[in-house]
Amino acid sequence: MKFSESWLREWVNPSLTTEELEAQVTMAGLEVDAVDPVASDFSGIVVGQVVSREQHPDADKLSLCQVTDGTENFQIVCGAANVREGLKIPFAKIGAVLPTPDGKGFKIKKAKLRGVESFGMLCAESEMGMAESSDGLMELADDAPVGADIREYLKLDDSIIEVDLTPNRADCLSVKGLAREVGTLNKVDVTEPSIPAVPASIDDTVAVNLKATDACPKYVGRVLKGVNVKAQTPLWMVEKLRRSGIRSIDPIVDVTNFVLLEQGQPMHAFDLSKLDGAIEVRMASAKEELTLLDGQEIKLNGDTLVIADQSKALCIAGVMGGEFSGVTTETQDIFLEVAYFNPVAIAGKARNYGLHTDSSHRFERGVDYRLQAAAIERATQLILDICCGQAGPVVETVEAASMPLEASVELRASRVKQVLALELPKAEITDMLTRLGMGVTETEAGWSVDVPSYRFDISIEPDLIEEIARIYGYNNLPVNTPMAALELEMKDETQTPEQLIKQYWVDRGYQEAITYSFVDPKVQKLVDPQVEGLALANPISADMGVMRTNLWVGLIKAAEHNLNRQQDTVRLFETGLRFVPQANGELVQDPVISGLICGSRISKGWTNQSEKVDFYDLKGDVEEMLGLGGKAVGESGVSFAVGSHPALHPGQCAAVLKNGKGIGVMGALHPELQKKLGIKTPLFVFELLLADVMQGVLPAFKAVSKFPEVSRDLAFVVEESVQWSQVESIIREKAGEQLIQVTLFDVYRGQGIENGRKSLALGLTWQDPSRTLNDEEITSWVDSIVLGLAEGLDAQLRG
Amino acid sequence: MENLQNLVSEALEKVDQANDVKALDQVRVDYLGKKGVLTAQLKNLGQLSAEERPQAGAKINEAKQQVEAVIREKKAALENAALAEKLKSESIDVTLPGRGQKTGGLHPVTRTLQRIEGFFKNAGYSVEQGPEVEDNFHNFDALNIPAHHPARAMHDTFYFNAETLLRTHTSPVQIRTMEKQNPPIRIICPGRVYRCDSDLTHTPMFHQVEGLLVDKDVSFANLKGTVEQFLRTFFEDENLNVRFRPSYFPFTEPSAEFDIEWASSKTGWLEVGGCGMVHPNVLKSSGVDPEEYMGFAFGLGVERLAMLRYGVNDLRMFFENDLKFLEQFN
Repeated sequence: MKFSESWLREWVNPSLTTEELEAQVTMAGLEVDAVDPVASDFSGIVVGQVVSREQHPDADKLSLCQVTDGTENFQIVCGAANVREGLKIPFAKIGAVLPTPDGKGFKIKKAKLRGVESFGMLCAESEMGMAESSDGLMELADDAPVGADIREYLKLDDSIIEVDLTPNRADCLSVKGLAREVGTLNKVDVTEPSIPAVPASIDDTVAVNLKATDACPKYVGRVLKGVNVKAQTPLWMVEKLRRSGIRSIDPIVDVTNFVLLEQGQPMHAFDLSKLDGAIEVRMASAKEELTLLDGQEIKLNGDTLVIADQSKALCIAGVMGGEFSGVTTETQDIFLEVAYFNPVAIAGKARNYGLHTDSSHRFERGVDYRLQAAAIERATQLILDICCGQAGPVVETVEAASMPLEASVELRASRVKQVLALELPKAEITDMLTRLGMGVTETEAGWSVDVPSYRFDISIEPDLIEEIARIYGYNNLPVNTPMAALELEMKDETQTPEQLIKQYWVDRGYQEAITYSFVDPKVQKLVDPQVEGLALANPISADMGVMRTNLWVGLIKAAEHNLNRQQDTVRLFETGLRFVPQANGELVQDPVISGLICGSRISKGWTNQSEKVDFYDLKGDVEEMLGLGGKAVGESGVSFAVGSHPALHPGQCAAVLKNGKGIGVMGALHPELQKKLGIKTPLFVFELLLADVMQGVLPAFKAVSKFPEVSRDLAFVVEESVQWSQVESIIREKAGEQLIQVTLFDVYRGQGIENGRKSLALGLTWQDPSRTLNDEEITSWVDSIVLGLAEGLDAQLRG
Repeated sequence: MENLQNLVSEALEKVDQANDVKALDQVRVDYLGKKGVLTAQLKNLGQLSAEERPQAGAKINEAKQQVEAVIREKKAALENAALAEKLKSESIDVTLPGRGQKTGGLHPVTRTLQRIEGFFKNAGYSVEQGPEVEDNFHNFDALNIPAHHPARAMHDTFYFNAETLLRTHTSPVQIRTMEKQNPPIRIICPGRVYRCDSDLTHTPMFHQVEGLLVDKDVSFANLKGTVEQFLRTFFEDENLNVRFRPSYFPFTEPSAEFDIEWASSKTGWLEVGGCGMVHPNVLKSSGVDPEEYMGFAFGLGVERLAMLRYGVNDLRMFFENDLKFLEQFN
């Protein structure tokens, strides 16, 4: 909402500077977005009148004028097309200073134009910094006092204030509402213009049928005949409109806009001659056609309220009028409409047609449902004043049962004190609420408050408490901190905090990434072809169209971004939700931890060459993370098995299991996928369910044995296809309970080993908690292992 | 006894000539050892008279001690020299970079969130999280934003279908917490939120942290105090000026926006978040009696806080994951 400060001050004039006023309303919740001068700085421009005009002897487009400032005549050369004899215009005399963008100003001097001397300049609005552009000279009213300073005459020492109103404060979308607010804040009375009823001098009326009373329970209409649409809108109104950002069109439209700004009531004027019988306020029929005022042809939806006559829709109610029935320069008789539309019926309708108007903005938020009669009288008077004509009787059609209920809210003094931690004198609160226009009755407990018809945001006690807080000033209210019992919180020790897991990856050299939860559907399909990701109905762009089913798509993109910027090594991890639609239609949103490595293990340096990372680098990091919960891999129920995933290399993919349940997967990105993505550096990735990673175990003490450990080193030759986990499990089964450690210390292929086989060298350690183990026992376990591996995996003991 | 003097001189000369510990030891053996020449002098004492013996013995011992002392001294000197030589040969360039993996770092948003979580956890709040794909009920209806409400349009919501959407704020977590937990409630809800908006100052995904306190006697003064203290703690500035402006959120009443005093801002103030007393309808829709309990809630944008704290001037950098950006926060 934009308005001029001087207009506001006509209604309420507190002794505040512009800056103080700006700060005050901002702090009352009407946030001031901008304060701009009505016109730029200039001086020396007066009201001038063109005494005579003739053609410049040497230039077709220039006029040679005699202009008076009331005391003497000046010769002026002027290029504007609208300059003519008798016209009153802003006249910059020699010595006047016009505004320039750099703020330095442009001084008017005597000039010679095509050989003719010119003693000053006639001005357009744009030349005085009152408009972005102008068609010609600013035409002043016929009664403008010649010689008067233009700043004074046009009241240009004024500011345009723009407030950004929250949707609950529709009551401030008018000068009237703003004045009420400012009056309350300053305890200053508000002067309203008196709006006497204009008596009817003719009998003409238009019948109105309300066919959708929930949406439009009240419609006030009036016929005005013999209006002169070509009359000039008075300067004061044009200026008020201009300062609210509205261009003057014709006096009828100007008046309806003026009433909208002044009173907050949108209204509409029809050309009476275009109406076919009675007005009907009804829902549109589907696909009904209407050409709007702006020339746009639309097909209406069935949920749209329209104003129609007996043959067609004329307007989208509360949004925009139609072209056909609008006022034109030929119009002589008009029908004025002032209605109350239910906000629910109007909300979102303009948006559905790609429209947003001053009218829809107000009706959506709520227009005073008692304002209609006053608004039509105000408009009638103004139109008759400007355009003459005769008014018919006001016809009000109301469906009382559908009108908003008049509400009363009980406000307890005790609650005010409790919420605001402040006890205010009862009279002060009564005064605040009364100034806001509420009907206030003091009761034993506090107040009984009648909610004004323009306050759609007040229906319960806290709404009134907010009003009190607002008027008292939020910043004047007390400040303290809440009190609470100092209770200790239960804490599950087996849960590894997420923060610690993140810190682990940081310590391991990984950088945390945060990638978008919606990703490119094409890449998503490549990375997770078997899952159909959840697609957004209204994505911000095509490459952010589908919810990620794992975090790899984002991490791969991040890795690519960095690889393309000469990063030699990339280690990233991310935590967050993945969104996996299930066959039954449910969506599983699991928090996961995911990571990616590529490039050098350690950046090339004086201590090392740049060795490339492989599967086992990532695996080591994953294994250690899984040990954060208290136990090393193997003892915590975690195991790795041959896995498969469409995005991963079939020979370098491991399923991660915890107590037999799959908790994630890791591996090398599939070379084919790398190729499709155009990434040369091999990428290694993992993703695990965070809840399972966080679940640890409580440490349980076992006696530390005082007896010696016994170790044996063995080497077995097995088929290439044999997995270490198979070997390990047979060893653990056969080695007896006293086995405390198995270490694989070498995997060897080559000379001395048959092609297609490999040698595994391992160290075994036994220890008993209560005695020293003897050689025979060890030998028997070793024999048992050798036999077991030979039978189970065709393993040969190497000599 | 002339002979003794000569022997000592001879020994000292040999000590002097010894260039290493081994040669020196040979001198010690030759003169002071069991068969050494000075030791042999003592054996000759028997040839002297009883009166001469003590004096002569003393002299010989004196001579031995003299040689012993010189050898000890020389040995120490040689050992020191050898050690110095060894240390010198072992000297390295300590300014060469160390070996091994560098550490990584947390994302600045996480770093910011962890700080915030820390402040509130210390004051007895717990951290709650919830789904990001939400339903209309938890994101809007339960927060007193009915279907036709203009505020719904202002939220620029991403939809999957008429009922399912990406949460536009973390407030649904407040609802979900109140549904399952009885007051008193003291929680903060950090997390990703989504708005269909993308330009220089908006990314379609960003992070919020919201706080909620529900208890028997909670006032607007408590809210002001909590928000003010939080901002002062966050910016580590005990004198930071914070102001509260009336505003509008369907889920709080009274509602406020809060600004901090910020020199480089045009108005001198910078809006950092919104807050208010929990609307009775919100408490009701979560099964909490608004007559018995009251609450306050506040919310802030995490990226904005991080930008102010660390001087980041481009919001979009947070989601590019450029290592050169991320590593600045390590």
